[in-house]
Amino acid sequence: MTEIIVQIVDVVLLVILAITGIAVIRTRNLFAAVMLAGIYSLVSAGLFVVMDAVDVAFTEAAVGAGISTVLLLGTLALVGYKESEPAHKPLLPLFVVLVTGGILVYGTADIPPFGGADNPVHQHVARHYLEDSEGEVGHIPNVVTSVLASYRGYDTMGETAVVFTAMVGVLLLLARGPLPKRVFYDGQWHSVKPGTTREEMVAAVAGDDTDGTDDLGPEEVGDG
Amino acid sequence: MDDRVILRVGTKILSPFILLFALYVQFHGDYGPGGGFQAGVIFAAAFVLYALVFGLGNAVRVMPPKVAYICGAAGVALYLGVGYVTMFRGGEFLNYSYLFGVYGYEHDPTHGQHYGIIGVELGVLVTVFGVMVALFYAFAGRRRIDT
Repeated sequence: MTEIIVQIVDVVLLVILAITGIAVIRTRNLFAAVMLAGIYSLVSAGLFVVMDAVDVAFTEAAVGAGISTVLLLGTLALVGYKESEPAHKPLLPLFVVLVTGGILVYGTADIPPFGGADNPVHQHVARHYLEDSEGEVGHIPNVVTSVLASYRGYDTMGETAVVFTAMVGVLLLLARGPLPKRVFYDGQWHSVKPGTTREEMVAAVAGDDTDGTDDLGPEEVGDG
Repeated sequence: MDDRVILRVGTKILSPFILLFALYVQFHGDYGPGGGFQAGVIFAAAFVLYALVFGLGNAVRVMPPKVAYICGAAGVALYLGVGYVTMFRGGEFLNYSYLFGVYGYEHDPTHGQHYGIIGVELGVLVTVFGVMVALFYAFAGRRRIDT
């Protein structure tokens, strides 16, 4: 009885997932696409829960459906809500997707059955983790945590460093810190005192402007 | 702003519970699903919600961007620091069994494991929290370029 219910839940979730995916492709409204992507992540999290991968589901729900939706909305506020018409025919991308999808579906034929005790993944170190982590790492009932933080401490350190690197990269591209000493703005170079913000500099330049037609926004500063 | 009373009151009521839930996820990670990464994201989500409802200016006064940047770096430093402590205590890098001394000699190695895991998970929490808030500020702090 339980297995039938699980299978029904699986089918329903996968159908919702497919519908959401197709809807994301079809819609030209980027706001709707972002919201549908959030729903997609949430449904994926539901699937992970059904597959007993609660830690992964937790992360997917928090990051995929939560933070990335907010970040995408922030991006939409900058670039607008309407997707432009594609400049090319969809035939080549469709061909690539069909071939890749076909290969992946063909590959699933060799995947061992879900949850089987004899699966290769359970024959390597998983048995050691489950049986000996109590003695080696101590009383931590969630073995995922022992593996993540202790046995695979290097990996988690690398992931933390990757997250930090992502912040550095985004800040280099997007952050609005103090200006450099010289800024190219409105057709000429300006010397800038340390600590000046873009708005202050734009106001100073606009004050010098005799014709008063300076309609450049602060974002244009430093693009030169 | 004034016509969104429910949003503002709801956010004020929810925020402390979101922060508390993040800490629960962090410290309950040994016993159930969760850990530093998820807790950091939830912790950051509370500040993102605050910024969405009360505006970026108020959020920056509560949580200055510089603090977020420092958090992003401090978490990695804490993680590495735990590794170096275990090294100077005579073990390998990130071998928490040596956190309180030589293996099986001065202390039960699982004690070191326990506190080592708490330490690195705290590092992950701090980094992920700082990075998520910093990313949100970076995206939300820019205005649209109307050409």
